[in-house]
Amino acid sequence: MRQDLAHILRWIRPGARVLDLGCGNGEFLELLRERRQVTGTGIEIDGDNITAAVARGLSILQQDLDAGLDNFPDQSFDTVVMAHALQAVHYPDRILDEMLRIGREGVVTFPNFGHWQCRLHLASRGRMPVSRFMPYTWYDTPNIHFCTVRDFEILCEQKGIHILARDMVGNSASHALFANSWPNLFALTAIYHITR
Amino acid sequence: MTTTATAGSVGLVTAQTLHFDEPLALACGRSLDSYDIVYETYGELNADRSNAVLICHALSGHHHAAGRYRPDDRKPGWWEECIGPGKPIDTRRFFVVSLNNIGGCHGSTGPASINPATDQPWGPDFPHLRVRDWVHSQARLADRLGIDCWAAVIGGSLGGMQAMRWALLYPDRLRHCVVIAAALRLSAQNLAFNEIARHAIEADPDFDNGHYLRNGKVPARGLSLARMIGHITYLSDDAMADKFGRELRSGSLDQGAAGAAEFQVQSYLRYQGSQFSGSFDANTYILMTRALDYFDLAREYGDDPVAALKNSRCRFLVISFSTDWRFSPARSREIVDALIAARRDVTYVNIDASEGHDAFLMPIQRYLDMFSAYMQRVEADC
Repeated sequence: MRQDLAHILRWIRPGARVLDLGCGNGEFLELLRERRQVTGTGIEIDGDNITAAVARGLSILQQDLDAGLDNFPDQSFDTVVMAHALQAVHYPDRILDEMLRIGREGVVTFPNFGHWQCRLHLASRGRMPVSRFMPYTWYDTPNIHFCTVRDFEILCEQKGIHILARDMVGNSASHALFANSWPNLFALTAIYHITR
Repeated sequence: MTTTATAGSVGLVTAQTLHFDEPLALACGRSLDSYDIVYETYGELNADRSNAVLICHALSGHHHAAGRYRPDDRKPGWWEECIGPGKPIDTRRFFVVSLNNIGGCHGSTGPASINPATDQPWGPDFPHLRVRDWVHSQARLADRLGIDCWAAVIGGSLGGMQAMRWALLYPDRLRHCVVIAAALRLSAQNLAFNEIARHAIEADPDFDNGHYLRNGKVPARGLSLARMIGHITYLSDDAMADKFGRELRSGSLDQGAAGAAEFQVQSYLRYQGSQFSGSFDANTYILMTRALDYFDLAREYGDDPVAALKNSRCRFLVISFSTDWRFSPARSREIVDALIAARRDVTYVNIDASEGHDAFLMPIQRYLDMFSAYMQRVEADC
């Protein structure tokens, strides 16, 4: 299981109604169904992913996150999850608002661009970081809105979004302490539990 | 009824007929005192009768959805791509029921049948039917077959409208509703196309105000024209370009070529029209297009599709096709959005396909994969 997904699991109450934005092949929704008995719906744009998710017995909607979510009623889900998609949408700020309009709570994960390796790469080579974790070239990447842990928390403050909990994933398990103590420098993946 | 099954096909099938004597009250206020329904089944009904799937046909469809009557039949049933062993509607797992709706012209009681009151063909005096009348008659068929609850009711186009109506009229009698290339109601453009089709038929001198059968005539030219118009709307611009382009079938467009040239698409349309007019009843065509026109899922629910769909209890699969302009993806998304707002369980996919509305009948891999994946879930819920 992807580490960020294992962290999120703790914040999902049994039997919750969960909407997963950018659910991919449905791996996480299936996990939530098994471990938390949630009623889940996934939104996905890729056809093969949708077929894979439907084959897991999940309810999936083909929809483009960038085209908006106004077809979902206010407060129609307990939790809206968006794992590793914030940096790939056109308007990350608007989608955060939408998540907390549709759900009582939101869970967001994103890669932290403030990680020391990114900073070192940029500082020493003067080029956009390319790594195993961020494998794309700057001109051909789905990730168009990178941010740092600090950027995200400032945005939440500006928007009046309350951070219920946060968790950081570092390079390895032994780095968890570093990642949680100095997340902006040591977190590879940031995980936030938010509400309004 | 399946006698031999070849790989991927249900093999040889036979149609059956059930006679119904209990009068069927119709939406138009009239009633049908007795009627026949012709149907086929594929696969085996399981012991607890939970694996039955109903196929609702579209405008010009009928009960022969899969297999062949004779080994040398030129064509199999109309939905052979989707029904059979190993296919999305897998006959190794499901008991599939496919009928010809009343008002049809393939064996079920319709305008070409004899009206017992007059001993003449019903013709234009056959009651106007609505989609709900079909659903009620299908429910009676289910009663007779001993099926309390369908594992799924499935339909494309007009068939998808029947499936949705099932979900509202008999919410406890289906677990899944599969709505393919359909709409909550027709658009003005769609109404207009149907009106042209009916006008073509009615303007044929052989139509005789619908009483053509009394004189042993058939309004073949009108019906053929109606079908040609319909056929264009079932295909996309791209599909027609791919299939025919500007290829000539005969003649020449060279300088000095005096005779008329004929494009491939012309001969194709004529062939489709003449085939159809030789096998379909004009009054049925008028009846079916009117049922399409009159259908409006939410009419009696304050014109609110959300309020309407709150009456459903089943799960939904909605499928649209990218180049379908007769029942466009936007129409399917209206269904999906109403289901979301009604907080119903729905899966939606828009299949990239160049074939237009007809795509729902075609072997498009992603469509078949997606449909199969969903039907596994239907099976799990049996």
